Amino acid sequence: MSELALSDEILMGIEKPARYIGNEVNMVRKNPNDVDIRFCMCFPDVYEIGMSHLGIQILYDTFNRRDDVYCERVYSPWPDLDRVMRDKNIPLFSLETQSPVKDFDFLGITLQYEMCYTNILQVLDLSGIPIYAKDRTLDDPIVVGGGPCSYNPEPIADFFDVFYIGEGETRYDDVFECYKAMKDDGSSRVDILHAISKIPGMYVPSMYEVSYNEDGTLASFEPIHEDVPRTVTKEVVMDFNDVHYPEKPLVPFIQVTQDRVTLEIMRGCIRGCRFCQAGMIYRPTRQKDVNLIKDYAVKMIRSTGHEEISLSSLSSSDYECLKEFTYFLIEEMGNQHVNISLPSLRIDAFSLDVMKKVQDIKKSSLTFAPEAGTQRLRDVINKGLTEEVILNGAMQAFHGGWNKVKFYFMLGLPTETMEDAEGIPALCERVAEAYYDIPKDQRNGKISITASSSFFVPKPFTPFQWAAMLDPDTYIERAHHVKDTFRQQLNAKSLKYTYHESYVSVLEGVFARGDRKLSKVIYDAYKSGCIFDAWTDFFDNDKWMAAFEKNGIDKEFYTTRERNEDELFPWDFIDIGVTKRFLLSEWKQAKKGVVTPNCREKCSGCGAAKFGGGVCFERGK
Amino acid sequence: MSEETYKIRIKYAKMGVLKYIGHLDLMRFFQKAVKRADFDIAYSQGYSPHQLMSFAAPLALGVTSEGEYFDAQFNSLIPSDEFVRKFNEQMVDGVYVKDVILLPEKAKKAMSIVAASDYVITFKSEDDLDFTDDNKTEKRKVSDIADKKKKILEVVPYLLEKETIEVFRKTKKNEKVEDIKKGIYKLEVRKDNIYMFLATGSEYNLKPESVLEALCNEAGVEYNKFDYHIHRIETYYKNEDNNLVSLLETGERII
Repeated sequence: MSELALSDEILMGIEKPARYIGNEVNMVRKNPNDVDIRFCMCFPDVYEIGMSHLGIQILYDTFNRRDDVYCERVYSPWPDLDRVMRDKNIPLFSLETQSPVKDFDFLGITLQYEMCYTNILQVLDLSGIPIYAKDRTLDDPIVVGGGPCSYNPEPIADFFDVFYIGEGETRYDDVFECYKAMKDDGSSRVDILHAISKIPGMYVPSMYEVSYNEDGTLASFEPIHEDVPRTVTKEVVMDFNDVHYPEKPLVPFIQVTQDRVTLEIMRGCIRGCRFCQAGMIYRPTRQKDVNLIKDYAVKMIRSTGHEEISLSSLSSSDYECLKEFTYFLIEEMGNQHVNISLPSLRIDAFSLDVMKKVQDIKKSSLTFAPEAGTQRLRDVINKGLTEEVILNGAMQAFHGGWNKVKFYFMLGLPTETMEDAEGIPALCERVAEAYYDIPKDQRNGKISITASSSFFVPKPFTPFQWAAMLDPDTYIERAHHVKDTFRQQLNAKSLKYTYHESYVSVLEGVFARGDRKLSKVIYDAYKSGCIFDAWTDFFDNDKWMAAFEKNGIDKEFYTTRERNEDELFPWDFIDIGVTKRFLLSEWKQAKKGVVTPNCREKCSGCGAAKFGGGVCFERGK
Repeated sequence: MSEETYKIRIKYAKMGVLKYIGHLDLMRFFQKAVKRADFDIAYSQGYSPHQLMSFAAPLALGVTSEGEYFDAQFNSLIPSDEFVRKFNEQMVDGVYVKDVILLPEKAKKAMSIVAASDYVITFKSEDDLDFTDDNKTEKRKVSDIADKKKKILEVVPYLLEKETIEVFRKTKKNEKVEDIKKGIYKLEVRKDNIYMFLATGSEYNLKPESVLEALCNEAGVEYNKFDYHIHRIETYYKNEDNNLVSLLETGERII
């Protein structure tokens, strides 16, 4: 029996001990003494969530291809184990070798959502690594952040040594070489970080100084050394067909959130919805060669034994060879009893045909994400979906036997009025009416429509980065009004409406566009007991409010304040290719309700073409 | 799926860290292993076909075993040795397939015929115990265990001489005192460990923990489930002659 970090008594006393023992199929084994660099990759949430994340699987595979690097994993211990570890002073350990995280050269933390920030502090704390980067020594790992939230890393800048801005596949080799050369040559920690800060894509917060205006907005953001770059350009994979992809992903023992093969077919999105950060930061849109992904699909099913394969992209319908690939999968996977799951498909004749083949109509539902209730507001957010398209798609589906529909909306979008809010129940009602217009013998019983709305959070690097977030009371009022309006519809019995609570969204709103002043708040919230904030059972709003109060931080400064066009943002030092000028013109177009065509219809000159590839050059321009 | 399928029985061991993997997760592990090995397993009919596979007596979390079984239906056969080799290419540390046999056409499922299992219970050594919490009242000393062990091993040979062996048993509804003597077929000391042969399955199911509890009661020591490690050796069924024999004897190896 291999040595485990936790004793039998502990493992038998906690929920799901399998979260902490490693040993999964396709786990990489190396002798840590045989490598130069030990890298611990962390998803700061529970194992089942972290193991479902594609990005870590890609980097785990990429790093471990190097003979001089051993990449292991760690996830947040669930509160039951967290308590035991604190009680007994057990240091946090990696799954592969069950050895202390503190002994690693690097601790890489993926930042997928703002509500994981206290879990980052939990991981550092349990590892025995000083929470603030300034307190660390050469004995501590270099703590690197990456992922979507690193596009505004400022609220957590004080906790990290380095942020990797952009796509992880491209630049780690340079970081490893730099570290390898310096780790034993007498260089100080500061020297190493200084050297890393000169590698493209790397942001070392301690190499920059910020100052604020009297009103709290950012006055300046400057490197402290001349040789540290003023702007950090995001890293982006431009040869999307010649980049590592894990052919043998890890297969967990216990059921995880995404218990299937995930195959990335495309990165980026041509649509340009104005609320969507992913749609901007992953530009330009790049597709994988269809023959390449066919090959991956077969290999990955073979190497994992998974019974389901799922496609990953922001908008699968925009993948140009989707038809060819989907029919290939149906043919190939059907024989092997592998299910196919196709998220984010536009409802049309093709997708309905596919859904009919791969799903049980009785159990499956149609999903639409109009995001806003009226055409006016959909134009504001640049969501191309029209009511006509929704009704046409729905009618085709109803004739095909479907009778369940799901709608996703947002409330609190810029320029939203009561009329827009009332448009949500009105749209659902019209879909229900259209259903009942079908003669009884041609439809499949009663229709069931479920609509839900979330509280819109303006994000950096979107045209709405200047926008005010709605205040939570008005949001709740509006949600109540929508709910009441639903009850007044003719087909109210077929309609169901739910809305998200406001507290978590407000915090997301603060951190999404926050600055370095917020690190104290996160620290104090953590110290008062906040962890697993993304989990309703553990989220404690009062503790958070107390932490804001204690530090004299006004949440509204970050949320409900509309920004001036010339305001310097904490994330402006990052260059994502898409220019601030383009985002500003989109913000102005939004306020006028003017739509912008998608990247394939017409190039709008967003700036992402500077990377020299992807959709920007698809037509051989 | 062709009409005719072959029923095979797989014997496997679940050791080491695999003891922390629950029964359902281990089933999923084997389903995936079968797919990775590209075996010609048969699937059920219907909208969401599943592999025709069924497991014998489930093993509790924390228990290891070298006598576990599951049945599967295959469309075609390969020799037992090849089955074993191909399975073991897909295993991880702690779990391995020991043998594969072909069952007669009319064979009943392993689950329904399991009648007994035997176990060896070892006392934990210092290494296995958690001594990190020095300030806690739960602190236990190695000498405590050694002392307990001595007292328990003393009563092992005499327990079955008692007219009744009563322990508290938890059922879904309540706790009640039950006489477990009829479920203990053998109980003896072997090389300083406890060997027990117990009724298992649908007719009468006795867990080794219950016997350990009875032994503790008899020896006058406190029962603590973390003092022991339980290991199942083999799973048995009752053959036509009413003898308890290994489930591996229900069929023939495939040559």
